[in-house]
Amino acid sequence: MLKEYNITYLVGFKKVSTHPLVPYDAQLCEFLNDLSSELRSCTEAVEYPDIMTFAFWCRKANITKYRADFEDGRTRLGLGLVFHITPSNVPVSFAYSFAFGLLSGNANIIRVPSKPFQQTDVICRVIKRMLDNDKYSKIKSMTAFVKYEQDDEINGMFSANCNARIIWGGNVAIKSIRKLPIQERCVDIAFADRYSFCVIDSQSVLELDDAGLEQLAEGFYNDTYLMDQNACSSPHLIVWLGERIELAKERFWSAIYSTVSEKYNLVEVNVVDKYTLLCKNAIEFNSISSFSNHSNFIYRIGMNELPDNTDELRGKCGYFYEYDASDISNVAHIINPKYQTLTYFGVARSSLLDFVVKNRLPGIDRIVPVGRSLDIEVIWDGIDIVKRLSRIIDVK
Amino acid sequence: MRLFKDYELMSVERSKIVKTMASSGTTGQSVSRIFLDRITAANQVKVLVKIASNFTGTKRHPMLIIDTKSAIKDRNLFSARGAGILGFSILGYDVTYALDEDMQLDFDAVGVFCNKYKDENILLFGFTYMVWEFFYKKLAKLGKQINLENGTLVHGGGWKKLSEQAVDNDTFRRLLKDVCKINRVYNYYGMVEQTGSVFMECENGYLHSSIFSDVIMRRTDFSVCDMHEAGLVQLVSLLPLSYPGHTILSEDIGEIIGEDDCSCGRLGNYFKIHGRMKSAELRGCSDTYA
Repeated sequence: MLKEYNITYLVGFKKVSTHPLVPYDAQLCEFLNDLSSELRSCTEAVEYPDIMTFAFWCRKANITKYRADFEDGRTRLGLGLVFHITPSNVPVSFAYSFAFGLLSGNANIIRVPSKPFQQTDVICRVIKRMLDNDKYSKIKSMTAFVKYEQDDEINGMFSANCNARIIWGGNVAIKSIRKLPIQERCVDIAFADRYSFCVIDSQSVLELDDAGLEQLAEGFYNDTYLMDQNACSSPHLIVWLGERIELAKERFWSAIYSTVSEKYNLVEVNVVDKYTLLCKNAIEFNSISSFSNHSNFIYRIGMNELPDNTDELRGKCGYFYEYDASDISNVAHIINPKYQTLTYFGVARSSLLDFVVKNRLPGIDRIVPVGRSLDIEVIWDGIDIVKRLSRIIDVK
Repeated sequence: MRLFKDYELMSVERSKIVKTMASSGTTGQSVSRIFLDRITAANQVKVLVKIASNFTGTKRHPMLIIDTKSAIKDRNLFSARGAGILGFSILGYDVTYALDEDMQLDFDAVGVFCNKYKDENILLFGFTYMVWEFFYKKLAKLGKQINLENGTLVHGGGWKKLSEQAVDNDTFRRLLKDVCKINRVYNYYGMVEQTGSVFMECENGYLHSSIFSDVIMRRTDFSVCDMHEAGLVQLVSLLPLSYPGHTILSEDIGEIIGEDDCSCGRLGNYFKIHGRMKSAELRGCSDTYA
């Protein structure tokens, strides 16, 4: 018996066509580029920096770059229908998730955050309007944006009929979604909770001119404070390499402080949380060697040893752990599969790549310069999403 | 303050602990546990009596507790409710409970009590929410009146649930007066982490720190607020000897109104509490399952 569920279709209808397209098909790229211009000219949308970042991301120049990386001479088609369960507390992630599904040639059912975000509504309205254009009738038949309160029956219904799921969420959420049955060949991509850290060469910080230092501080701010250090790719731990580390730290943190104190809105609950975490750390960890703060904007915990469970050292809203190392390989023991992004400054990326490969590390999928930790890419969490969501038609 | 929920914080040998108090822990939260040795427990009661009697008079009066007797049953693990009831009970005699085991207003008991002491001043004590939910609402619903013209009510325990129902201090007093004619209503502010050194609300509607306690309002950089500037409330108490509770950063927002010059005549800092700090809407991708 069919039950009526309480689902709002922000875009599209119950019936979604599951005929796939070729990844990076011209009309898909054109659609995303149109979406980019529509959003950038929409007065409601320009108010939101996160929508503008997305709009900038899905413009033609960027997608063309991805497409060039993707081409390997093989013929592919999308898997069919992708069901996306997107983060409930980030307003715009669902749009990236949709773009991934679309670029790989799939039909998409996207569950948007059930929390009311203006950004969700604005983006969905623009997409809905664009899909009314006849030239996008194919994409229209392949797209639905749905909104509903957390309900495993509904999640189960969508799961049962899809060819792939993209699940964004904490470990509990993912486990619970995983319990819902899927078809035998359905592909699951779970973007689970990850841990990220940063490595900085002290000499390089000391050699920076003022403009360079300011730029570094901006970059670091964007990696961390912009999302309250709550994004999977935001660093919690900073590993310092090189000589004259104390001097470099002083210079670095003074620069961060002037950026943060100007830009960041610190509220009561943040300072209570940080102070509480400091007390908890002091109770629980023996390897803390120092504590310093720049007002309540920056809390710094010096560690003289990194425990194996370093990935449990998580700061929020400007709370960092620091460790001085003579060599990056000294921290190899802490790396486990939870580690996602390593941001770096003043360190050769080839040496970091070596660090991961030569030590045969079970974690770190991404090595990017400071300032780019939050850049979402089609290769995410070590997965080429477009390839994973499509199939090769092998011809001999 | 949250640390009391995560750790067993005590500053004396465990063998010296005679009493453990637990916060009532509203709706699904973990509870704070506060460990008392003999002297701390005794001082809490003495100081509570000292502070409260400044408002209710040193003479003891017949006492009506707006709660159920079962709130004080388990003497080993005191709830904040139980501790408050027992502490305040010392101010009165012939202590009578207004609610039965099922939290129903016991009209018989209350009727007998009021009748017996109809010509005397009586003392009432209860938790704000209990008084509202099980006393006021019941009377209002039934359209009944009780004559407590000679009563003095002391109540505390926070406004969280009441502010959800859009009931503030003035509304509380006014509506309560409608059902039981009560004139003297004193709110107090305090927490289980600093039982005893409570902050009583004076006739002008301001909370007062006593000689045993103080408050400091702090900005988000932890610098001290100016007078009339709202900030995080830090609570200071002389009483804790068996646990680290002399100075506690609360999660409330308050404002100092003045010092030593309240027209009620009491010295010290006097202040207002604006409520709980705003909870965090953290950005990030940590949870989809909501």
